[in-house]
Amino acid sequence: MKVPFSYVFRNLWTRKLTTLLTAGGMALVAFVFAAVLMLDAGLNRTMVGTGSAENVIFIRKGAETEIQSGLTRDQAALVESQPQVARGTGGQPMVSKESLVLISLTKTGQDKGSNIVTRGVSPMGFALRPQVKIVEGRLFQPGTSEIVVGKSIHDEFDGVAIGQKLRFAQREWLVVGTFDAGKSAFDSEVWGDVEQLMQAFRRTNYSSIIVKMSNVDNFEALTKSVEDDIRIALEGKRERLFYEDQSRALSTFISFLGIFLSVIFSVGAMIGAAITMYSSVAMRTAEIGTLRALGFRQPSILAAFLTESLLLGLVGGLAGLACAAFLQSITISTMNFQSFSQLAFSFLLTFKIVVQTVIFSLLMGFVGGFLPAVKAARMKIVDSLRAA
Amino acid sequence: MFFFKLVFKNVFRAKLRSSLTIIGLIIAIVAFGLLQTVVDAWFAGSNAASASRLVTRNAISLVFPMPIYYRERMRAVSGVKSVTLLNWFGGIYKEPRNFFPQFAIDHENFFDLYPEFVIPPDQLIAFKRDRQGAAVGRKLANEFGWKIGDTIPIRGTIFSGTWTFTLRAIFDAKDDTTITRQMYFHWDYVNEWLKQKNPRRMEQIGTFVIEVDDPSRTADISKAIDAEFKNSLAETLTESEKSFQLGFISQMEQIILTIRIVSFVVIFIIMAVVANTMAMTARERLTEYATLKALGFGPGFVASLIFGEALMLSLIGGGLGILLTFPLAKGVGVIAAAVFAVFKVSQSTVLLQLACALVVGVTAAIVPGWRSARVKIVDGLRHVG
Amino acid sequence: MTETANSLVEIRNLTKGYTRGGQKVPVLDNITLNIARGDFIALMGPSGSGKSTLLNLIAGIDKPDSGVLKIDGEDITVLSEGQLADWRAANIGFIFQFYNLMPVLTAFENVELPLLLTNLSKSDRRGRVEMTLSLVGLSDRMEHYPNELSGGQQQRVAIARAIVTDPTILVCDEPTGDLDKQSASDVLTMLKQLNVEMGKTIIMVTHDAHAAEAAKHIVHLEKGELIDESLTT
Repeated sequence: MKVPFSYVFRNLWTRKLTTLLTAGGMALVAFVFAAVLMLDAGLNRTMVGTGSAENVIFIRKGAETEIQSGLTRDQAALVESQPQVARGTGGQPMVSKESLVLISLTKTGQDKGSNIVTRGVSPMGFALRPQVKIVEGRLFQPGTSEIVVGKSIHDEFDGVAIGQKLRFAQREWLVVGTFDAGKSAFDSEVWGDVEQLMQAFRRTNYSSIIVKMSNVDNFEALTKSVEDDIRIALEGKRERLFYEDQSRALSTFISFLGIFLSVIFSVGAMIGAAITMYSSVAMRTAEIGTLRALGFRQPSILAAFLTESLLLGLVGGLAGLACAAFLQSITISTMNFQSFSQLAFSFLLTFKIVVQTVIFSLLMGFVGGFLPAVKAARMKIVDSLRAA
Repeated sequence: MFFFKLVFKNVFRAKLRSSLTIIGLIIAIVAFGLLQTVVDAWFAGSNAASASRLVTRNAISLVFPMPIYYRERMRAVSGVKSVTLLNWFGGIYKEPRNFFPQFAIDHENFFDLYPEFVIPPDQLIAFKRDRQGAAVGRKLANEFGWKIGDTIPIRGTIFSGTWTFTLRAIFDAKDDTTITRQMYFHWDYVNEWLKQKNPRRMEQIGTFVIEVDDPSRTADISKAIDAEFKNSLAETLTESEKSFQLGFISQMEQIILTIRIVSFVVIFIIMAVVANTMAMTARERLTEYATLKALGFGPGFVASLIFGEALMLSLIGGGLGILLTFPLAKGVGVIAAAVFAVFKVSQSTVLLQLACALVVGVTAAIVPGWRSARVKIVDGLRHVG
Repeated sequence: MTETANSLVEIRNLTKGYTRGGQKVPVLDNITLNIARGDFIALMGPSGSGKSTLLNLIAGIDKPDSGVLKIDGEDITVLSEGQLADWRAANIGFIFQFYNLMPVLTAFENVELPLLLTNLSKSDRRGRVEMTLSLVGLSDRMEHYPNELSGGQQQRVAIARAIVTDPTILVCDEPTGDLDKQSASDVLTMLKQLNVEMGKTIIMVTHDAHAAEAAKHIVHLEKGELIDESLTT
């Protein structure tokens, strides 16, 4: 015979303060658990969305980031001439030779500068990243000191509105547009004409060259042929993997923090649940005796108390998840220690995270409620009746 | 006396519940302490900064260098005592996870500007004499088991190729705030290499470190230096060493803020747990409280029994948590040595932990204390268990 | 117990009701009763007759809706919560059905409890507690905790706690309700002694006719009304 669910539910309802405190504690834990997963998912979306499966990026051997890298015009020309490179409608190779510098911009509300990637791109640069779209103003004119800024830069930094000018490398750069890069890392960048940037910074070397392959299966052939050419000394990586690697340290940091917090928090919440359930058992000793005397079996009692505790966990988990869902509108902008520059990303709630959080909350409820439920089930009928 | 005895005995009446609550408190207070220490660790660099040192870098951003000849013009600025060089090297020792900072420096006067590095005179001389010599901090030397005379290979990421240095000096920290997990070697050696490999990048330096005569004039001197290079190819930005260090931290402000918030969320969670414990305790003891009131004890006495019990619970848990924080922080410090050069529980962290424990105790007792103090004697006496 | 002037407890037109489910339920209806100094009264009546409510009102742990309630000439219905607490500490000794001892305190400490509300010195308190415990025959149980004592012993500790401050009135709510026959008879004998030898005024609620015989007078209540008074023995 099963103990009716309404009995379980009403027991929680009767002791509102205790139920609220316990479920509230669990909700906070579920919230933090979900938030950390969402942050990692958001970072992942940003980095994966930055690279394209068809693109390969070449940087100098030994360099880990574009900033550290340098390649000569000759090297770039050799890469451009590889047969695996896709050709545009006019037969021109689909490559973008790029130059990266870090400039310092001031975030709204801060007094210290943050490092911002300023990327000089070839005319083909936009074609290689179809996710980048101008949403306000227009594209920069090649051959001029005009620049466009990413959405996150536009939203979070001072002095980058259309018509405003940035001053660096002895020049004034006019902001003529804002682009949306679909929440990819490019949203945290400033783009201009590569030749203009190199002139201003008196550079002769590019930082990287991005190549679109005529066929995604050509990767091995392309990199092998480039790496075998001793004149080039470049290393090619799939663009998607390259950007994932760029945020690996940050991602590890977030995951590590997340695991640490989830473990600590959940222990706290489970203790809370155990306290509540032990007291629930203690207060209802006579009731349990009565139920048993009426003919309910031990497993039914165990199930009733476990259900009560699982319900606590579920309510807490759903409440925490609901709060976490609101985080999606928040964008975090922080320095990526690997690329030494600002990177903006937001919380992302995925179906997987919802499932994980609910399972996690139920688990908290289960672990917290198990021992008290066993205690309730194992009570001797006569003893518990006497407690009345 | 009697009051404390009563409170103390009450705390341990429901042994299981009290123990569970105390365990929860310990975990929360430890977690809070560790998170605070993580935040402190970010600020280790700025805490170690000297008030009499300025740092000059390229105004565009740190990755741009400045010509080395700026040094002479800086020396001429009034108030500047001496100028030395500091250039980020960004190399890898065997594997990327062995990360530690390396800097190319002016071996002649660098250690004169950094008196916080205690270095034996004979080792300093040996370091100065050897072009490929390196000086490392005690913590770093211990971590990798390096001894004087060892050869240390470093793979460059900015200055490509494999570099070999000979360890000539190990320096110690003058006090707690000094960081000794870094490596220094001759800038001349790097510059020489550039002359052959990449002449365009030679005679360039990432940062100048300036010592001033009078720390109170740093703002004026900074301005004077930057004015000197206005409208030149490499305009400069000069700021105090502390401000320079804080510049890195402010770029990660949101991460730090998040950790701070989370550390207080931990406290909120445990607050809920302790409040729950107290609510149940008070409910169970309602008859006792009513009896005390019938005997003539006032509502204040009943409330203070509950507050006393909550405070004692939270202080026991908090106290044990604080004690446990120290060994655990030491452990984390060893594991995360590559991320945090200094990982030490500060006095203010301990005070904060204590304050949190007190706040948790008091807050947890408010509702149950208020309820029990207000309970009608007649209702309380009728209430069983 | 007729002359008002000589009464310790003076009750006139006392009314008390509770609101339950929005409806007013009268518990005591226009009660008038005088209790003389040195009397021993048993309040009897069926469940819900209002006997416990009357006891609570006299003991100052509940307040009437209307009517006069004077004890030793003092109108306690006008006292504030705090004043009432002080008044109880000085004038009332409580004895409950389930003893209501503090489980974390020893017999000695339980008896000492009400003395903490007085200005007595520690040694004075010790003297009083020891004397009182010997009076109830528990000198050898002073350091025992309630769960180490039998029900009868616990109730004797409770009696000691009630008389240690030398109150004017002892208020007993079913003092023998949880005891076996022998212990109950011991407790009643002790109450009688306190009444006769020490002159304590005792008001006891009971539904046990045998227990009521220990009292000098029996007052019967039914449906909130006084129906008769009778003299025992």
